[in-house]
Amino acid sequence: MIRAFAALAGWLALVSASASAPVATDLITGDTLPRNLSEFRFFTDGIGQTPNDRVTPYTLNTPLFTDYALKNRFVYVPEGQTATYNADGVFEFPIGSALIKSFGYPADFRDADSEVRWIETRVLLRRESGWIALPYIWNEDGSDAVLRRAGRRLPVSWTDADGETQEISYRVPNQNQCKTCHARNDEIALIGPSARNLNDGTRLAQWVDWSILDRAPNEAPRVPVWNDESDGSLDERARAYLDVNCAHCHSRAGSASNSGLFLGYNEASDVARGILKRPVAAGRGSGGREYDIAPGHPERSIFIYRMRSRDPGVAMPELGRGMLHEEGIALIERYIAAMDEQG
Amino acid sequence: MKIIAAMAALLLASTGALAATHSVEAGPDAQERLQTALIEVAPGDTVAIGAGRFELTDGLSLDVDNVTIRGAGPGESILDFTNQIGSGEGLMVTSDDVVLRDFAVENTRGDGIKSKEADRIVYHNIRVEWTNGPDPSNGAYGIYPVESTHVLVQNSRVIGASDAGIYVGQSQQIVVRQNMVSQNVAGIEIENSYHADVYENMATQNTGGILVFDLPNLPQMGGHTVRVFNNLIQDNNTANFAPEGNIVANVPAGTGVMVMANRNVHVFENVIQDHGSSNVMLVAYTEAFDDPNYEPTIRDVVVHSNVQGRAGYAPDFPGGTELAAAVGGTLPPVLWDGVGTNIIVNDEVPVLSLGLTRAGQPLTEAQPGMAEIANEETPAMPEAVVLPASMEAALQ
Repeated sequence: MIRAFAALAGWLALVSASASAPVATDLITGDTLPRNLSEFRFFTDGIGQTPNDRVTPYTLNTPLFTDYALKNRFVYVPEGQTATYNADGVFEFPIGSALIKSFGYPADFRDADSEVRWIETRVLLRRESGWIALPYIWNEDGSDAVLRRAGRRLPVSWTDADGETQEISYRVPNQNQCKTCHARNDEIALIGPSARNLNDGTRLAQWVDWSILDRAPNEAPRVPVWNDESDGSLDERARAYLDVNCAHCHSRAGSASNSGLFLGYNEASDVARGILKRPVAAGRGSGGREYDIAPGHPERSIFIYRMRSRDPGVAMPELGRGMLHEEGIALIERYIAAMDEQG
Repeated sequence: MKIIAAMAALLLASTGALAATHSVEAGPDAQERLQTALIEVAPGDTVAIGAGRFELTDGLSLDVDNVTIRGAGPGESILDFTNQIGSGEGLMVTSDDVVLRDFAVENTRGDGIKSKEADRIVYHNIRVEWTNGPDPSNGAYGIYPVESTHVLVQNSRVIGASDAGIYVGQSQQIVVRQNMVSQNVAGIEIENSYHADVYENMATQNTGGILVFDLPNLPQMGGHTVRVFNNLIQDNNTANFAPEGNIVANVPAGTGVMVMANRNVHVFENVIQDHGSSNVMLVAYTEAFDDPNYEPTIRDVVVHSNVQGRAGYAPDFPGGTELAAAVGGTLPPVLWDGVGTNIIVNDEVPVLSLGLTRAGQPLTEAQPGMAEIANEETPAMPEAVVLPASMEAALQ
């Protein structure tokens, strides 16, 4: 009897707490791996993705392509602290911060009100020892998401913008694969939240107002929106696309450091950018082509061959892409075609 | 004394008890169960792969230091990637002090096993195989350590790689010994690496047996100090099936040993025979490149005390047939492009020089002739590579 009462009291406490309790910063900084996403209290309504206090949604100028998935991104910085502005790379976030990204598909891309099926939410937690990355998969009824460190494949289907039915085997990455993309010198690092990719003219100042960021200089750099022709030159938009989709591995401190192909937005070396660069360990990924980029000739460039492939062992990026990104391919084809043949 | 012994035993027992074994058996959900074990394993632990065929759809990865992945044998524990739909390799290791032993990886879509920035890694009694034999649609590398210090690959077997069976790239302090490589484009390739000992391997039926290369535009360049000795390198005449664009696609079928753009390479006491193009080929990097830090020529290369058999009877490179006809029907077993400094061949076989004078010079400017490059005063042999005792101890 007493036990039942205690259980009831505990349940009541839990229910009332969940309505208003703040984000569980102690779980972010702790050394456990919470089994359920709800334990962090990032959202107040489970799968509805309504953010809790100090959990702020954001978008990027040029995002990573992940099989046309919709992505909801949120940043959380503990009360009384801010991230530190950095003009070149990603911001430095204080211990206790979290970045939260949910992946899902609307049933019909032509219908803005179409219900979104959220598949997974990946969290990056800033602990004293550094960042850790954890993948959570939503349960069937959308009430909670459960930690799946080994990842999983899930069948997903939707109607695309052209009215075609798409069916894929969606890959939730395992914890090591999270690190494959998020590695910088063997430590987990952020990819998206840099000044240049967040800066849309107003966001950085807002983040300062909301005590997320310490400062927002007027001269903060900005990369264009990759698919907005009014927003930056072809070269800038292609560089932005390659930076976000490739440079997390293809950098001097990234997982593809051994390739010698480096696609950061400000990379100065033409050869390192792939221009007249021969493959090193591409194997059949070369597609019989001589150069990563043959200037003026997308049809002779390994870039396009690998972007056009769905075959593991050929396809780039290696992780997170099972479909072709037709619009991205078109951009890079135009970028290569516009190059002077002499390089 | 007895007390000390007892304490030592206790200590041993307790460390033994701390190191856990995570056993994973074949069957449904093998992907998730095996990957979970590879994530949850703690330093000092072993992941034991049971006998049987593990049907996998995605790459596996290990990022925990000081872990052993151990199977029941390369014929018993088989990681089968025939139906792979994701990742660029079968197994990826990114942590230090890892031992991989006694299992097989089959039919990956990309590379077989890759280890990157994985210091003191041991590959022992591993089999990586593409079971359909030579095919350009096979993955590139079988065993692929890169950007690592202290690498040991031994007692392993690689069959069918469309680039190199065992490829060690941008690494240093390397031992590759007692392996069998066959039906790959390159049997064993040491590339952009420092201090490698390659010995007691058997390389047959590849396009090229053992290659020592250096390429431009890479973070680590200037490959040097490599010993290739006591290997059996025989009948590497498989038609080149590497996809164009890759450097090994330029390796002529029928090549025993090829040294390109390296310094301080000693090739000795091998048996090298039955190669249609050449038993030993010593050449500069010939492509155009844009890299002021890259040296395309070979320097300080010594070939001695090898047993060399038949070679040069079916040259597989442009102009090779004409060249052979001009020198009496078959090419001499050692072929040198004529470029480079301090090149010494003391094997008692003729050496053909193409008489080129610089890297990248067109073959049309070749002035072939027999080269007299024997020299009793050979430079000092590179010292043997010494690996940390922990790597050998891990196999006890």
